[in-house]
Amino acid sequence: MSTQTTPPPAMQKALPPGRYGFFDLVRSEWTKIRTVRSTMWTIGVTIVLGIGIGALVCALTRSHWSSQNIGQRVSFDAPATSLIGLLFAQFAIGILGVLVISAEYSTGTIRATFSAAPNRSRVFAAKIVVFGVLSFIVAELTSFVAFFLGQFLLSSPATHATLSSPGAFRAVFGGGLFVCILGLIGMGLGTIIRHTAGAISAFVGILLVLPIITAALPNQLSQDVRKFMPDRIGVDVLTTNGQHVGAFSPWVGLLILCVYAVVLLVIGASMLEKRDA
Amino acid sequence: MIEAKGLSKHYGAKRAVEQLSFTVRPGVVTGFLGPNGSGKSTTMRMIMGLDTPSAGDVTVKGKHFKNLQWPLREVGALLEAKAIHPGRSARAHLMMLAQTNHLSNARVDELLELVGLSAVANKRAGKFSLGMGQRLGIAAALLGDPEILLFDEPVNGLDPDGIRWVRNLLKGLAREGRTVFVSSHLMSEMALTADEVVIIGRGKLISQTSIEDLLSQSTENFVRVRSPEAAKLKAALELQGAVVAVEDDGSLSVRGANEVAIGELAAKLPVVLHELAPQSASLEEAFMELTEDSIEYHGTTTGGPINSTGAKS
Ligand SMILES: Nc1ncnc2c1ncn2[C@@H]1O[C@H](COP(=O)(O)OP(=O)(O)OP(=O)(O)O)[C@@H](O)[C@H]1O
Ligand SMILES: [Mg+2]
Repeated sequence: MSTQTTPPPAMQKALPPGRYGFFDLVRSEWTKIRTVRSTMWTIGVTIVLGIGIGALVCALTRSHWSSQNIGQRVSFDAPATSLIGLLFAQFAIGILGVLVISAEYSTGTIRATFSAAPNRSRVFAAKIVVFGVLSFIVAELTSFVAFFLGQFLLSSPATHATLSSPGAFRAVFGGGLFVCILGLIGMGLGTIIRHTAGAISAFVGILLVLPIITAALPNQLSQDVRKFMPDRIGVDVLTTNGQHVGAFSPWVGLLILCVYAVVLLVIGASMLEKRDA
Repeated sequence: MIEAKGLSKHYGAKRAVEQLSFTVRPGVVTGFLGPNGSGKSTTMRMIMGLDTPSAGDVTVKGKHFKNLQWPLREVGALLEAKAIHPGRSARAHLMMLAQTNHLSNARVDELLELVGLSAVANKRAGKFSLGMGQRLGIAAALLGDPEILLFDEPVNGLDPDGIRWVRNLLKGLAREGRTVFVSSHLMSEMALTADEVVIIGRGKLISQTSIEDLLSQSTENFVRVRSPEAAKLKAALELQGAVVAVEDDGSLSVRGANEVAIGELAAKLPVVLHELAPQSASLEEAFMELTEDSIEYHGTTTGGPINSTGAKS
């Protein structure tokens, strides 16, 4: 029929030595995270809630200071009050943590990613590094600014603190860590659940619904379980007036949260390896 | 070179791909043909290491995809579903891919130019038309200048101009000695693009052949003969082992003897011929014939009354 031409010789491409590296993946993940709007939104909300709510409460406390009784004035926790917004900011950072992985699944980007870099664990590690560092910086920045702004607004005669006041530095730095670790917990949930809405629901459920359920347990059991809840641990990290609600010291509490994050991320990583993308 | 050996993928009870073995060689465009749901996309995902085979094995350049040193520089793929974040710009999408394999941003701009997306490079991909999305996917596949290329339904959503562009692109890539594997459920498209075809139905290999052999193998190839002495000719042909059918208009459809043999026989008899016309099946017909038994999702054009018993499904 037609003239059968012999195919051309197979292409022999010269490749650079070695193989694609971890730092290449970190750069790629950084490009990914900074080029979607949801990152800007969630970080913006994290900062605004984290700083704004504490500032508002501090300003109101200052203006109502004279109407407070002695007991209230003495037990007033100036650092914790300025950092109260972190307990709201944790939801925004958690949503970003969920999105950095779940959005890859919902949009199908994960297939493009794994087609370019099939070593899934390495990609995931790069993602954790990028999100972890970003959320650490955002959370600490939020926490420190919230503290200084809050203390400024709590000027005399209201009680106010400096970083060298007892427990203040721990509350500020620990508060930032708390928010950062919750972001990583969100990321772990996002990796395991893969669906954005499902993972966000799980995240909110753990922080808001689980405490309500455990509160309904018989008294002693309830106390035993409640102290392991992230919300309790978070409140204790911020508290500097000795009125702790849980049973763990702030640093032990943060360590427990780290264990949660690591466990979720490790489960997520193993599922990421096994499941079809 | 892509090699599949006994490749299988089961989703629960569903056997999406079953014992598939084929070889895709460099220097030619190899079409991957099969009706809807026959397992083409699933096979491509397994080649790319995205789905794990239930059994069997598939390698590129003799390695599992996961073990390639520079995956994006060695294998490029345009997969079926859009794999792009709608909020990310075309440039950012290509950049994040390029960076994984240490490719430069200049390379990204080169590709945007090549696929004609430079003007919209910074627009959010979610605003792209189907065709523009497809072009972005093709740019991603070509980003690493790979030796091996996979395209799952690349002309989907493209206008005639775009279709011609893809066709020439694929041929050009093969001419450079690359391995080009492209899926389609349209035989007519493959006829214009591919040199070889791997045909599957219900996840199983039906045939791997060149386009030319596919045509000549088809039983739909016959010779139409008209003669005032049709009966005499028919008898003589049948004696020689040909299969002859008399059509409504009195012409003969001869299978099993070509126009040369028929003409010589007619001269020998002799009988007068009014027409001697080889009819080659279109590739579409050849394809239909091969996959007839393996089509899962039939559409019906003549639906019976809705409440009739034994309704078609
Ligand atoms: N993740 C999955 N889970 C369950 N079944 C699946 C999955 N992916 C594919 N299938 C099934 O496997 C079969 C093959 O699907 P596949 O998408 O590979 O076909 P295809 O040849 O690409 O079809 P098309 O021409 O329509 O693109 C189909 O019946 C499909 O429903
Ligand atoms: Mg398909």
